[in-house]
Amino acid sequence: MRLPLTPKNEYIMKYADLAISDPSQLVYGVSPRPLKTRYGLNIGGGTIYPELNFTLPNMDIKPATLPEVYRHYRQIAEETLKRAAELEVPGVVLEFETLPPMTEHPEIGLEVVKILLDGIEKANSAYGLKAALRCTPNDNREFIRPPLMRSGRYWEAMLELFEKSAAAGAELLSIESVGGKELHDDALVNGDLRAVLFSLCVMGVRDMRFLWEHIVGIAGRHGVHAAGDTACGFGNTAMVLAERRMIPKVFASVVRAVSAVRSLVAYECGAVGPGKDCGYENPILKAITGFPMSMEGKTSACAHLSPVGNLAAATADLWSNESVQNIKLLGAMAPVCYMEQLAYDCRLMNQAAKDGPEDRARLIKWMVESDAALDPQALILAPENCISLAQAIVSEDSHYAAGISVARKAIGILRESHQQGRLRINEREAGWLDRMEDELDDMPESEDEFIDEMMEEVDLEKFTPQDYDLPVPAGAQVHHSHSEGSAPGCLGCGSH
Amino acid sequence: MSKLEDLKTAVINGKRKDVKTIVPELLESGADPVEMLEQALIPAMSVVGERFKKNEIFVPEMLVSARAMKEAMKIIEPILIEAGVKPEFKALIGTVEGDLHDIGKNLVATMWKGAGFDVVDLGVNVSPAAFVQAIEEHSPHLVGLSALLTTTMPAMRDTVEKIRGAGHDKVKVLIGGAPVTLEFAREIGADGYASDAASAVDAAREILAS
Repeated sequence: MRLPLTPKNEYIMKYADLAISDPSQLVYGVSPRPLKTRYGLNIGGGTIYPELNFTLPNMDIKPATLPEVYRHYRQIAEETLKRAAELEVPGVVLEFETLPPMTEHPEIGLEVVKILLDGIEKANSAYGLKAALRCTPNDNREFIRPPLMRSGRYWEAMLELFEKSAAAGAELLSIESVGGKELHDDALVNGDLRAVLFSLCVMGVRDMRFLWEHIVGIAGRHGVHAAGDTACGFGNTAMVLAERRMIPKVFASVVRAVSAVRSLVAYECGAVGPGKDCGYENPILKAITGFPMSMEGKTSACAHLSPVGNLAAATADLWSNESVQNIKLLGAMAPVCYMEQLAYDCRLMNQAAKDGPEDRARLIKWMVESDAALDPQALILAPENCISLAQAIVSEDSHYAAGISVARKAIGILRESHQQGRLRINEREAGWLDRMEDELDDMPESEDEFIDEMMEEVDLEKFTPQDYDLPVPAGAQVHHSHSEGSAPGCLGCGSH
Repeated sequence: MSKLEDLKTAVINGKRKDVKTIVPELLESGADPVEMLEQALIPAMSVVGERFKKNEIFVPEMLVSARAMKEAMKIIEPILIEAGVKPEFKALIGTVEGDLHDIGKNLVATMWKGAGFDVVDLGVNVSPAAFVQAIEEHSPHLVGLSALLTTTMPAMRDTVEKIRGAGHDKVKVLIGGAPVTLEFAREIGADGYASDAASAVDAAREILAS
């Protein structure tokens, strides 16, 4: 373990070693540091559980519709937990990911938390079902342009919802934080790896440090768990853009690898897992931290498409559907259908694990090999590659150096796999490996030098440097009015 | 190859430095800026748009071309304005209220600019009233509404209602975004729908011609 050197505002890595260094130990359902919940879930303790996420159908959220909003969530809790009990799941996590008005007006989000906790309690009484609630307030700070990351009404309301949800009994606290996104969307559409590194490993790391110290504090005050973050607005936005052929898949793969450096900071600050489902970088973080992770893949196609449908399950401790609207399908309401799908996915994985390590290893092999050769974004997340990427991260002292190192390692893995015929990369994409490597070769040695260079290049109107502990260049004039609305959102979770 | 062809090629290949050299040379030789726009710049971006539509290039490559065109426009736009030449179409674009997603919206704006439209970008989280106010200020032919959240689709309906309610019946409304469909566009009274940024120019031209 290393300690952060704060006087120079240098950001030093906490983890110097891997919790899991053998790829054969990076498996679903098992984490070196499992987490127990109030009703007896042992996440990462040998069993993989479903994690169900859900949202409202197309509707306004306003005072007149609140009774209908609450009715939806009550119905979701009652019907999905009943089905979980009927299917005899060993346990389940419900995730409540708020919609913007529910964080902006914490009393609305809190009411939904109470409804879901009530549903969990009733299901435990009625069926003996073990369940826990993850509360994920959405990060509204970007509703102001440029975002106010450390103050203002959106920041205050978000903290209030965290605090009151934890006090009410939401056991797992998570967020899809957006620090660094002000510049990252442009970095993606311009295929600019240098700007990606600045957004994730300089800005993102600084915001994560600030944000997660608060979340860990809240969790500690209420005896609940600071679970984890996700680079959804970064890595998943890249993944969705790559799926739509807007940016190269090899570029999105490298962004994914770099995003792990940013997400790692939550654990450096004291988060204990399970990492948030849409963090496809989670297997890398599991290898580093040993904390359990939630993942999503084929059963989250209801929310967004991905090239890692099977592979994502190989290392998961919770298996999620990302999000589905509460609408009627032929089988039942959609969240009930997805509870069933997750339950069967998990039942199969738990059965294989029960039959022994060899059977579990065989199932993992099929999960990995059925996806890995077809897409660089899948290959990069194969267990042995996650270990290599994790090693590249912890081998460096600073997040900046770790970002460069893991990007270089990811490019190396892709290039070697392509050359050896283990991965298909089309000609149009292959040239991007050289382009990205050239960019890395030109990166300055020190983070300070990089910051100085970037602060001369970036659009200072898009973010608040002070909120990232970043110096405003001498002579630069920044006139921030912080007007409401005009910041980027997250493509990776468009269905919320 | 003529100089206009050189300019077109430079934009297609995203050669900003070449563009900065060629445009003044053309002006020096007495070339008409309107011809430069209509015979080199817009056709260049049309080629780029087609390549993007056919998945032959990625967005970063398209944006390099867009920046090259912008470089040319920086030089010729003041001349066009002085001569009273107006773009064929004026368009407003914005992401609807409650929604912060802007990658798609920005790409559509880029495509429209590449097609020679005069585009006013209203940003994200734009209220129905702000759209109406902007229509009254800019008198556009076209308004583009973007949304990526299922929960902000109702804001599209509100915006269309507000635009029509304010008496702006002639302005065409085009909608787009991941959860949006042609059926939804019809249902809320929009004039058209673009399934992605690549088809946004064709979709806009189609409804503007109708």
